[in-house]
This record gives sequence, C-alpha cells and structure tokens, in this order.
Amino acid sequence: MAASTQRVSRYTPQEWRNLRLGLLFVSPWALGFLLFTIYPLLSSLYYSLTRYDLLRPPVFLGAKNYLTLFFDDPHFWNVMYNTIYYVGVSVPFGVGAAFLIANILNSRIVARSFFRSVIYIPSIVPAVASAMVWQFLMNVQYGAINGVLRYFGLPIIPFLSNPGWAKPSLILVAIWAQGAAVVIFLAALQDVPRSLYEAATVDGANIWHKFRNVTIPLTSPIILFNLIMGLIVAFQEFTVPWLLTEGGPMNSTEFYLVHLYRNAFEYLRMGKASALAWILFLIIVVFSLVIFKTSARWVYYGGEK
Amino acid sequence: MTSIASETGTRPVPRYRHDTGHRWQTVLLEIIKYSVLIPLTASFAFPLYWMISSALKVDSQVYTVPPILLPFPIHPVNFIEGWQILPFTRYAVNSVVFYTVPAVAFTVLSSTIVAYGFSRIRWPGRDTIFWLVVMTMMLPWAVTMVPLFITFKWLGWLDTYRPLVVPALFSHPYIVFLLRQFFMTLPEELSDAARIDGASEFGILFRIILPLTKPALAVVALFRFLWAWNDYLGPLIYLRDENRYPLALGIEQLSTRANDVGNFSNGIPYLMAVSTLVALPIIVTFFFAQRTFIEGISLTGMKG
Repeated sequence: MAASTQRVSRYTPQEWRNLRLGLLFVSPWALGFLLFTIYPLLSSLYYSLTRYDLLRPPVFLGAKNYLTLFFDDPHFWNVMYNTIYYVGVSVPFGVGAAFLIANILNSRIVARSFFRSVIYIPSIVPAVASAMVWQFLMNVQYGAINGVLRYFGLPIIPFLSNPGWAKPSLILVAIWAQGAAVVIFLAALQDVPRSLYEAATVDGANIWHKFRNVTIPLTSPIILFNLIMGLIVAFQEFTVPWLLTEGGPMNSTEFYLVHLYRNAFEYLRMGKASALAWILFLIIVVFSLVIFKTSARWVYYGGEK
Repeated sequence: MTSIASETGTRPVPRYRHDTGHRWQTVLLEIIKYSVLIPLTASFAFPLYWMISSALKVDSQVYTVPPILLPFPIHPVNFIEGWQILPFTRYAVNSVVFYTVPAVAFTVLSSTIVAYGFSRIRWPGRDTIFWLVVMTMMLPWAVTMVPLFITFKWLGWLDTYRPLVVPALFSHPYIVFLLRQFFMTLPEELSDAARIDGASEFGILFRIILPLTKPALAVVALFRFLWAWNDYLGPLIYLRDENRYPLALGIEQLSTRANDVGNFSNGIPYLMAVSTLVALPIIVTFFFAQRTFIEGISLTGMKG
C-alpha cells in the first residue's frame, strides 16, 4: 500500500482508464456500502449514546445505556446467559452433527442424493412454516411426540412450556435445519484426494486414523468456516424463538435478537436497542477472532490455498 | 475397502482378502452406518411429513392418542378452505410481485455489474477493496437494523416494500462474492479478444461473460429468491398494514387463530395446509434445480 502512493503519478493512460471503469462498475456497491453499512454503523453508535423513542428528538446520555445494561438491568444478563447457552450448545453440536452426517454420506452408500436431499430440505423451508410444525409437534396436549409417549404410558415432555426444556427444544429445531452445513461439508469431503486414503491404507491405517489424520486436517478450513458462520447466525437467531416461545416460558428463550427486537420495535427504545446491537457486534467479533486465532493450531492450509 | 471416503465405482484391489478380521470390520461398519443414517434421515423428514399429513386431517384425526400416521379418509379440501380464511391470495401476490421478483431482479443485476468490476477489470486497489466486501458479509445485521429502520421511517417508507427491495439495487456482498468466484474462472483472453475488437466493458459483460455464466446466475437468483420468500423479520419490522403482508406474516396471523382451539375448528389442519402451500414452491424448486442448489451451497464454503 505504501508503494502505491508513489506509483499514483506513474499510472499509464490504460491504468487510469481501468481505474475509472473499475470504480464505475463497483459504484453500486460503494454507494450501498456508504448508505446501508457505514452510515447505519456510525448512526447506530450515536443512537446507542442517546435516549430515542422516535417521537421526540434523541437525548444525549453518554455511556448511560451501556452502564445501565451492564450494572442495572435485571434482564440483560439473563438474555446474555440464554444466548451464550444457545450458541454454545447449538453451534458445536450443529457443526459436529453436520460433519458426521456428511462423513456418512461421503462413504459408499446407496441412494446418497436421496439422503442428502432429505437432510438438506429442512434448511430451505420457510422458517415460519417449520416453526408452525414444530410448535404443533412439541405441543404438550396434542403434539405427536407426546402423543406417542402418552400411548406408551411414558411421562410427557413439556418441550416449549418448561423453562428447563425450552432452550434444548429450540436447539433441536436449529440442528434440524443444519442441512446447508452438511452439503458444504460433503463438497469439501469429496475434494479430499482419494490417493491420501489409499496411501494411508497401505501404511496400515484404520478408519479412525484416516478420519483423524486425513479427513479432519484436510477439511479443517471448512470446519472453521461453518463454525464462524454458524456463530454469526446463532447469535442472531430470531424467527424460531420468536414464533415458538416468544421468549418464554419465564424468559428462558429471550435470546439476544428477540430482546433487541422487543426493545426497538415494541418499547421504541432505539437508544437501548442500538447499545444492545453494538454489544452483540463486539461479542461476535471477539468470538470470531478467538476462533480464528486458535484455528492456527488446528486448521491445515494445504499447498494450493 | 473400509475407507470412510471411498467413492462408488473404483473397486479396490482385494489385497486383504485373506484378512477376515478386516472384512468383519467392514460389515460392522456398514451396519453402524445405515443404523445411524436411516433413523436420522427419517427424523429429518418427519416434521415435514407431519406437516403434510396433518394438512389432510380433520380435528377428530388430530387430537388422538396414539397420533394417526396415515390419515384416512383424507381431506384435501383443507388446502382450499385454509387458504380462504385469510386473504392468502393477496399475501401471495405481495410476496411475489412486491418482494421476491424485484429483490431477485435488482440483486442479480447490480451484483453482476459489481462482481464484474471486482474480477474482470484490473484496477489498482481492487483486491484491497474487495476485502471490505468480504468483511461486510460477516457484519451482523442486528447492528444496522435499528438505524436503517429510523432512516426508512424518516423517508416515509414504512408499510411499503421499499426498505426490503431498494437496498437490492446496491448489490449484495454475498452474491457479489459468489459471482466473482465464477467470473474469475473464465480465461482472461476472452475479454482481451473482445477488447481488441472494440467492445465496451458492458458489451463484454452482457454479450460474452453472462452467456457463459448462466448456471452461476441461476444459483444466485435461486438464493435470493429463497431469502426473500422465507424472510420474516424484514416484513415484521416494516409492514403493519395487513393488506400488505407477505405470506410469512400471513401464516403467523393464521396461527394466532388456529391455536384458539376451542373456538376454531380444523385450525391445526388449516395451518398445516397453508404452511405446506407456502413451503411448496421452495420444495418444488429444489427438486427441479437440485444440482443448482447443491452446487451453489457447495461453493459457499470454498473460501475456507
């Protein structure tokens, strides 16, 4: 970058032409970036320092929103706990399950594309539609799961009506919709050169050795990718908890975005909601950075990339 | 061959034929594999099966112990009756005409142009700026949600689809990223030859590059369609007037009635019927464009 300032004067007419053309082509993005990313980011930072209810002009409060959230808000830490619980369980289990399923699908198997389709489809069905089915399935009185349990005289499970069960139930729904990660993993697994497994076989490696020493290292960049993407999505999960439990029972599924939505669009606390958004932003950045940093130890980048 | 990654087709040299222990391991592994895979796939399929089969029931078939797996007689009329409880035809028109179609058209057109600028023209600083695009892919939408709402409210755009489709005119980072990957695979000589013949960059993009990247365009159009069709939070924030609801909000509206079990008969079957109808375009599209879906999703992970 330092060298480029020197070179500015030395652009050939051709390079100038390309620069103008390139900027022309990317200008829709550049404009959108300013309007829908940079400006909202900065204004949200400003709003987070104010009290703003959309009716009266914003009142500057300094760091008060943040301080209140951290030290004087009975809900905030509960929301934080719920969210970390949800992310901490659903992401590792979701990515792990997706990886294992992909490995099974990648082995010699009949009707592979059938299995893959069935596992993938839940991830593209509208979340509203799947929320309706799950709400019905998990209903205490007339849900199918409890209907079966009842038939066998087993105790019923209050999936969505018991604070202890609600979070695991929503995690189950999230893992059910993990199909995209399975397909991404499967594509990565199919790129692992077969010769490596053959070489390992010749060396007397068993299945576990091959999984541990060939499969995992060669797909580790994709594991990293799915972890980070899963993290970003899980921290911002909204539709399913909002429709299935609306944050209840007893606030046990009041996840971060549900809480943020409530504050912004039900209570019209735009300042507090912006502060919540920035805290979430920083949490996601920190989590992603930690995963990136530690990834140097377990992610293997082969020769090509 | 016991390798977890062995593909169908090529048969391994039967080097270990005498090694019975090895063969037992293979058989055992096959048993474990299918005894995990079959119940797993069944439980992935079950909720959607339940949605469709419940859509064909009446109340007396819904509230039974044990649950009825195969309803008989079936009541396909639920699909019509459920659809008519609320103005779902209008919701469908809203979803398609005001949201899905413009969102797909705007995003694909603008992202194509932007991706071309990031891949087929060499200009100083290009790859540095492209990093910004990649960064915005990871930006949590929660951060821009509140200020964008304030801006769109100020513009008087509440209760319209403009907040949901106008940003699509300015390209989408994720789609730019995917298209750029595709454009990069085409040989540079293609553009050079056209430039020598005096073609403009727009001419090259629309007459040479795009015809060669139709599959890529299908992939990104499909994804954008999916996001718009499935979007719930966006309409929830911006649309209050029920006449303007898309299908996603219509379903939610229906569910508040359907769950009023005492006062509303066949609520659950109707709700399941409408949910099925809204999920159907996605599932049908998947079956027709399965390869496109799978290829697109697979490409997502390529950046590693």
